[in-house]
Amino acid sequence: MSFTPLPVHVRTARLVATAVARRSGVQEALLDEVRLAVGEACSRAVEAHRAHCPAEPVRIELTGADGRFEVVVIDAAARDDDCQGTVPGPGSGNGVPEPGTGLPGGGPPAEGRLDHQEALLPQGLGLAVIAGLADDVKIIRTADGLSIRMSWPSGEYAG
Amino acid sequence: MDLKLDHHTKDGIEVVDVEGEIDVYTAPRLRELLIELVNNGHYQLVVNMEKVEFLDSTGLGVLVGGLKRVRAHDGSLDLVCTQERILKIFRITGLTKVFGIHDTVDEAITARKSEK
Repeated sequence: MSFTPLPVHVRTARLVATAVARRSGVQEALLDEVRLAVGEACSRAVEAHRAHCPAEPVRIELTGADGRFEVVVIDAAARDDDCQGTVPGPGSGNGVPEPGTGLPGGGPPAEGRLDHQEALLPQGLGLAVIAGLADDVKIIRTADGLSIRMSWPSGEYAG
Repeated sequence: MDLKLDHHTKDGIEVVDVEGEIDVYTAPRLRELLIELVNNGHYQLVVNMEKVEFLDSTGLGVLVGGLKRVRAHDGSLDLVCTQERILKIFRITGLTKVFGIHDTVDEAITARKSEK
């Protein structure tokens, strides 16, 4: 599915992801982690799109197969030339940046956007949180932007 | 669940009661309230998060921003939180070492008063 890059839609995205995870057999104890990790990934993508390509929707894929529930959040922020070079580059392990490294979102803050620098938190914090939550994380830089692939163990389909 | 914010003064410390979800959509409202309180001269803050159902890194950023503002006036910002799912994100990010995190508002106020 895809959604307009507005902060108000992030809550809906994480609730849908959590509901699908539950139906896919992800243990209740892990659902909070799914909710938070998906929220972080979608928040990051929305911020990147708002800064660089607000007309482009954010994509999220939810699949369950082979005992895993997988979520992929895909942004297209690198289609904007300004974004080039600000995403974590390849060859750095799983792509999760250390705190303080760059993420899409350079330039002046858009209206209503939180200024991370003002808050003294590294902009890569969201990805660091994802890495701490998801059972398996792969962050891949594509020609269009960043793809964050996360997965958790799941059981039988509970539908 | 949207975000509900309220605040009151107790023993000379401004207590901010937060209820609901703090995320990229709602966090700006909390930030605005913290800025307003500091601008009005409230430099000793306790943020009661006992009714917070969700907190992400955006919300953490707002809390750290609030801490930065009150510290600029030799103030403090303590948290009240006992929910494991909320505490987890503070642990992952190492912010348990930055904030004083207490079980109750009274405990937070007592701890702050004893440090004066």
